[in-house]
Parts: sequence; structure tokens; C-alpha cells
Amino acid sequence: MEKFTTHTGIGVPLRQSNVDTDQIIPAVYLKRITRTGFEDALFAAWRKDASFILNQEPFSTGSVLVAGPDFGTGSSREHAVWALKDYGFKAVLSSRFADIFRGNSGKQGLLAAELAQDDIELIWKVLENAPGTEVKVDLVSKTVECGNVVAPFEIDDYTRWRLLEGLDDIGLTLQHEEDITAYEATRPSFKPKTLPARTQ
Amino acid sequence: MGKTLAEKVWDAHVVRKGEGEGANAQPDLLFIDLHLVHEVTSPQAFEGLRLAGRPLRRPDLTIATEDHNTPTLDIDKPIADLTSRTQIQTLRNNCKEFGVRLHSLGDAEQGIVHVVGPQLGLTQPGMTVVCGDSHTSTHGAFGALAMGIGTSEVEHVMATQTLSLKPFKTMAINVEGTLRPGVSAKDIILAVIAKIGTGGGQGYVLEYRGSAIRALSMDARMTICNMSIEAGARAGLVAPDQTTYDYMYGRPHAPQGEEWDAAVEYWNTLHTDDDAAFDVEVDLDADTLEPFVTWGTNPGQGISLNEAVPFPGDFGDENAKLAAERALQYMGLEAGTPMKDIRVDTVFLGSCTNSRIEDLRAAADVIRGREKDPKVRMLVVPGSARVRLEAEAEGLDKVFKEFGAEWRFAGCSMCLGMNPDQLEPGERCASTSNRNFEGRQGKGGRTHLVSPVVAAATAVRGTLSSPSDLEPASVSASTTTDAA
Repeated sequence: MEKFTTHTGIGVPLRQSNVDTDQIIPAVYLKRITRTGFEDALFAAWRKDASFILNQEPFSTGSVLVAGPDFGTGSSREHAVWALKDYGFKAVLSSRFADIFRGNSGKQGLLAAELAQDDIELIWKVLENAPGTEVKVDLVSKTVECGNVVAPFEIDDYTRWRLLEGLDDIGLTLQHEEDITAYEATRPSFKPKTLPARTQ
Repeated sequence: MGKTLAEKVWDAHVVRKGEGEGANAQPDLLFIDLHLVHEVTSPQAFEGLRLAGRPLRRPDLTIATEDHNTPTLDIDKPIADLTSRTQIQTLRNNCKEFGVRLHSLGDAEQGIVHVVGPQLGLTQPGMTVVCGDSHTSTHGAFGALAMGIGTSEVEHVMATQTLSLKPFKTMAINVEGTLRPGVSAKDIILAVIAKIGTGGGQGYVLEYRGSAIRALSMDARMTICNMSIEAGARAGLVAPDQTTYDYMYGRPHAPQGEEWDAAVEYWNTLHTDDDAAFDVEVDLDADTLEPFVTWGTNPGQGISLNEAVPFPGDFGDENAKLAAERALQYMGLEAGTPMKDIRVDTVFLGSCTNSRIEDLRAAADVIRGREKDPKVRMLVVPGSARVRLEAEAEGLDKVFKEFGAEWRFAGCSMCLGMNPDQLEPGERCASTSNRNFEGRQGKGGRTHLVSPVVAAATAVRGTLSSPSDLEPASVSASTTTDAA
């Protein structure tokens, strides 16, 4: 995973709450077996509407999405994060993220930054009054800057550390393989196993 | 102080405690007892293992089924959609390469992953269960800590049989009282979501408690836990009891003999201690609950079936108002219209929420001896091939077919329309599934989430209806409707 320290790019105001993962990437695009190449799938249904924000300049080249509360609700599809990343987004700002989406973002180096809703509203106004304004997201200081707005954001320390260092989760866990083996030895024998297969 | 059920299960699975305290604490490393796999969220994870040269650590704690993409017609023929066929074939190749047990299309144990696990007795109290699917919360009905994960986490579990997780907060959902006839588990969970909102459970594990929950069957408890994610919670659970044990006893992977006794002794400890405290408690009155239905495009936009489409202006919050306006426009609904005046084109009975045998029985009880509205099409999609066989043994397939419904093979089907079972633009559906998002069941499709008995009554009348709205059936038939 690439390290993330700061990013500056055009902010995209998405004035909508409950942006679910079926909107971020409709199910039809989930049939692919690759991990990249999902840029065409991002907001596929909404992008057919000419008035959708990503169909307007200069927002089409945006890299910081500023969304309403409850962003990423619904399905666990990590494809939602892949699609945002493949399109060019580096960070999403919202006052509340769905748990699984937030987790998936952290694994993939997409920064999910939680701001107060009042600050989201202020940033929306800046971006709507001056389209093309850049948003600076600083993970070191946990702040966002946009026009005259400077706002703090929340992210859990562990995810922040992993993003700053660009660390691979599996590698980190396998450093503790002895602990896993030790735990396995203590599991009760009544716990089920899938193999050998038993059926009715 | 005592512990909640969720905390007990958590603590029993800590491989390594995260360093630090409070908000700065690192995540705990938890052991995963069961990993369920399906074709959609696994190919990139298997590929990750292959690229890193890592084995799948515990094939004996892993099981795969084909469900999201599978057709529900002509299952003996090659899958017509090439990308679907490729994804299914990729799962088959991966399972073979990594030694994972797979139940393929055509196999008697094939079906929706969340129906198959419990049915085989693989889901048991006190376990940690994960799957690359958000409705993994279903398995919480057994007192398991079960949650959906993303593909990176799928790969992590494959490689390590563990997951790094930060502790959750706990929320009690207390449902006291007795459900009236025609009111079911689905109505409880839809009412809970309407009450706390789609983000209300975010960061929490829910525990469903109270006399109304204790009175529910396992199938009904699964319906409730299934939709915890629609309330924003990654997991929701119910403490195991005799109902749980009776369901599990004798299932293929349930413990046997002395192992069963040892397991029950442990399971009996799996309840929230009297002196334990939840971070939040929410109460719901079962006595006054009515059949519930959604009017909008997120699962929190629901009301009693006896009410009318709400006015956006009634919502105090500006975001909720905007969301309601947008939802009504998408749904093609006018504020003030009684919900029961809304005509539907399609009725879908299926999905991991409501496709188990009791759901089919409850719906069949409503339609038996009645005629379907001729303008409505009805799809009945059992949750698994085993449920389908069981229903056929009871003659339920005949009830549905005589009624004019389509009796299909098992899978996720029209819940998310990854296979050919989709709505047309503008088509309106009463659906027993879990998500009424824009385009979820097909581009431009309009979804109203309902219980199985409401779905059945709606198929009879053609408008959103509860069983109590129906004329008496033409032949003597059971109209027991409270089993869903």
C-alpha cells in the first residue's frame, strides 16, 4: 500500500446523505474478477444524468469527495473503494461513514475522514461558490483546508498509522503467527469443522 | 461488572490483545471460527494469496457456495451471462486450488451462503463468523459474533484465520410483548431501523432481547439479525436458548454425544450478565406493532402499512427532508397517498432475509385457496436447494404454482439482480429482501421492503396489503400468519 501523508486536489461537493454502495458501484459491475479497472463503474447510474456533479467541470477531475452523512452504507463490497480510487479519489470526507466501508478504505489507502457536519456544510459552500477550489487533506495534522475553512477530522490512530506508513495488514498479522498457533491449540474440540464434509 | 453476550464472545477469541488503552488502543487480533465464501467478493482475495505465495491457513474452517450470480432457471445449462459464468468458474478453480469445500449450483447444499451455514449446523453459538457479505450478521441469531467484511479482510482471514478489530460499543434492542397475528420478525426489524435510522447502529453490536425475541423461532431470529446492517450495525445477536439448541440438534455439523453436552454447557454461559451494562438501550413495543413497509430508497424510510406516504416537510432535519424528496421522486410516489393504495407489478419472496422454510410456509398459508392478482408476477426463490427440497416435500411448490407464482431454484436472485432476475425501469416490487436502494433490484426498479405474509397478501390484491385485508379464502385452509 502507498503511504498517505497529505493530498491536495479539487473538492467535489456531493450534497446527499445515505450514499449507499449500490450507488457507488451497482451490482452488475461486481462480476469482474480483477482488482483494478473500476473507474467506469463509479456512480454508474448517476453518471448517466448530465447534471450529476462528476459530469460537470471542473469536478470531473476531482480527487476529494465531500459527501453527506452515512456514506458507504449497505453492502460490504470493497469494489466501492476500488471504484473511487480508480476514478482518482484519494479521500472522502463525511460526518459519518458506514463501518465496513470505512474499514475497506483503510485497507486500500483511501482516506475516509470524519468531519463535523457543520464543517462539511461550510466546505460545500466554498466548493459550490468557487468550483475547482482545492481541498488539502493532511493526515499528519488531521486537518482539512478548503478556501478559508480549516477543520479537524477524526480517524482512528491505528488506521492513521498504517496509512502513514503504508503497511500491509497480512504481513503485520503474520508477525504474530506463534500467537495464532497457540490459540488454535486451545480451541474446544466441539467447535465445528467444514472438512470432512457432512451433509444430510 | 458483568459482560454482555457480545463481549463474552469477543473475549473468547482474542489471539492477541491490542496495545494501548481507550481511543488510542490498537485493534485486537481475533480468531475466526468460520469463514463463508462466495463468488463475488473472493476472486481478488484468492489472487492476493497466489501473488504473495501464501497458503489458505484453515481450509477446514472455510466453506464456499455459489449464490449471487447463479440463475434460478435452467440451472442444468451453462450460465448464459459470460461474466457471471467466468466468476463462478473462477470460484470453482480457486476452491480446487486452495482445498476449499464448495457447494456448486446443482448440489443439494447449494444456496445463499447465510442460509447454508446454519442449515448444515456450521453456525453455532459463541462462534466468530465472517464472510465477504454484509448480511453475515444473520448468523448472530445463534449467539455468534458474525459480521460482513471487505475483500482485503477476506484475504486476511484466508491467510491468517484472524481479523484485526477494534472493540465495538454495545446496544440492547429490547422488544417486549406479543406480536399480533400477521405481524412478524421482519416488521420488528423494519421498525427498529425506522426508529434508530440507517446509521443508528454504526459502531455498535446490537443484542436483540426481550419476550418477543425469545418467542421467535430461529428462522425469525435470523431475519432480524440479518438486517442489523441496515441499521448501520456490523453485527447483531440473540442469546442462545432451548429454541437454538432444538434447531441445531442433529444437524450435519452439530456436535454429537459428549461433544454436544460439552457444547451446551458452554453455550449456556452465553448470555448478557445481569450486572452488565449496554452503552445504549432502545425499546420497542411488540404489542402495538403493525406490519411495516418502506416507502423510500433506504431501509430507514419505513412506516406502518396503515399509514400514508409521508410529506418531506414533516422531517425536521434538512438532510432527511432532501432525502425524502429525492426518494419520493425516484419511487414515483405522492406524499399523502395511503400505502395500501400503492399498486405493485412484482412480488419477490426470497433473499437471505426471508427465504427459509418458515418464510415459505407463512406465505403459502396466506395464498392457499386464493387467486393471484393477474397483473402481478410473483417470484418465489428458496434460500437454498435444501429449502427448496423441503418445501417440495411439503407440497408448498404446488401451492405457489397453483397460485400463479414462479417456483425458482435457490440463490440471491432479485434481491440484488446480479443474475437475470431483475426489475425493469419503473417497475414496482413488494420484496421480502433487505435493501430498497435506487436500482438495487434492477436499474430504475422501485422496491418496497415487506414481510413474507405482506408480500403474499400483496400478490393477492395487487396493492400493498396485509393478510387481514384479505377476503376469506375460497377453500378451507390454514391462514396462520404469525410464523414468519
